[in-house]
Amino acid sequence: MSTMAFLKRSPWILHYDASSCNGCDIEVLACLTPLYDVERFGIINTGNPKHADILMITGGINELNRAVVRNLYEQMPEPKVVVAIGICAATGGIFRECYNIAGGVDKVIPVDVYVPGCAARPEMIIDGVVAALSILEEKRAKMTGAAQIKDDARHAAGEST
Amino acid sequence: MPERIVVPFGPQHPVLPEPIHLDLVLEDETVVEAIPSIGYIHRGLERLIEKREFTEYVYVAERICGICSFMHALCYSQGIEEIMKIEVPDRARYLRTIWSECSRLHSHLLWLGLFADGMGFENLFMRSWQLRESVLDVLEDTTGGRVIQGTCKIGGVRRDIGAEKLAEMHRALDPFEEQCRNLGDVFLNDETVKYRLQDLGVISKDEAYALGAAGPTARGSGVAIDHRETGYAAYGDLGFKPVVETAGDCYARCAVRVKEVYASIDLIRRAISEMPEGPLDVKVKGAPDGEYFSRVEQPRGEVVHYLRGNGTKHLARARIRTSTLANIPPLVKMLPGAQLADVPVVVLSIDPCISCTER
Repeated sequence: MSTMAFLKRSPWILHYDASSCNGCDIEVLACLTPLYDVERFGIINTGNPKHADILMITGGINELNRAVVRNLYEQMPEPKVVVAIGICAATGGIFRECYNIAGGVDKVIPVDVYVPGCAARPEMIIDGVVAALSILEEKRAKMTGAAQIKDDARHAAGEST
Repeated sequence: MPERIVVPFGPQHPVLPEPIHLDLVLEDETVVEAIPSIGYIHRGLERLIEKREFTEYVYVAERICGICSFMHALCYSQGIEEIMKIEVPDRARYLRTIWSECSRLHSHLLWLGLFADGMGFENLFMRSWQLRESVLDVLEDTTGGRVIQGTCKIGGVRRDIGAEKLAEMHRALDPFEEQCRNLGDVFLNDETVKYRLQDLGVISKDEAYALGAAGPTARGSGVAIDHRETGYAAYGDLGFKPVVETAGDCYARCAVRVKEVYASIDLIRRAISEMPEGPLDVKVKGAPDGEYFSRVEQPRGEVVHYLRGNGTKHLARARIRTSTLANIPPLVKMLPGAQLADVPVVVLSIDPCISCTER
């Protein structure tokens, strides 16, 4: 585990635009480019849900993307954290009264971090990722803890027979 | 005859930050047909006009698209102003032009970056976005917002740019233009870029015209239409010639945008030096009664807001036709014949803005 410890602060990110106006999406991309440059910490935007630790979603949920969001979330390996970016992803925002908007991302999948703003600023998005890191760590600890308990129980059972 | 297979492209795809779905019918590696399906971001903004007063809808109009947000607000406001016969003050018209061209600059630099990323030129992607940040700094300084500005309102603008800031912007334009020309030089003259883009996704002038292509997609094929020529805001005073290329391939569409970056810098420079003094807005009284087709040239092409008022605070109907919607039929025409590996580049070459398209 100790050799992997330095990777703890370098999550891979999957970005999906649910039904945002693009404002938050281009700010997510702006985080990757030279002014903010989170890639220098090893935080990489991946296109593959199976490689991702953090799911960043912008925009609210509508009838067509409901299944897509759920599918992406389910394809990600545990532990995983969901960051809802912008006010639309939290509640539907300015679009909440539209006939095709069901509400925020938490209508479909559990959300761990809400990043406020319309559009969310890159500094806020980076803050959201940092908050997500400690949640990711907690989830990992819980998983390894559970695995340890199972392992111990198996050993105990093995010794008694 | 090789067997046909169907490859799905999107809605979540590494190359596009936005969801569009294409069913690509392939024979070996060659695309023979592309079937688009949209609706992943449809929100229903046209109907939202029933729930918002006509003055409040400017904020919704800004959020039709976060990239050309200022121009959506401008197009909507100009429509209402035309219905209500409101004369916008000169200074407001010039400020609107400056902010419009700043939006175009940041949109084109954003697109150049994504396009470079699409062809696998990572370094060029980062360089474009680095340059784009200096435009966003100006927008943030003058309006308070990086991507959603909120400065356009019916009857004028909400904020002024002080003489000192204008002078600073004017001074910054020369070094900025030099950087843009260095960047544009790579897009236009680099051998690998040319090799990747030339003769790819070709659409002829007649086809582009018949299929209703808009903006750089049309101008890359030699159709010289640009709604800035109609002289809305301050374009009539400043004078403007559209940038046209004739090859109709991905390289030509890229060249149009690179040259429009230079044209935008020139427009901002002239708008700053000819900036008139005066008030920023006029008071809006009453409610719109009548209808109007408002048209504005966005970075991606012409956007149309059809507005109909019935004398109440709520408009009866808004219809929004955006440029990417017009550019999807030409895209479907461009894709057959392309290799599967070139599909992302061809799709990006129309500068798709799905958020606009689906409203």
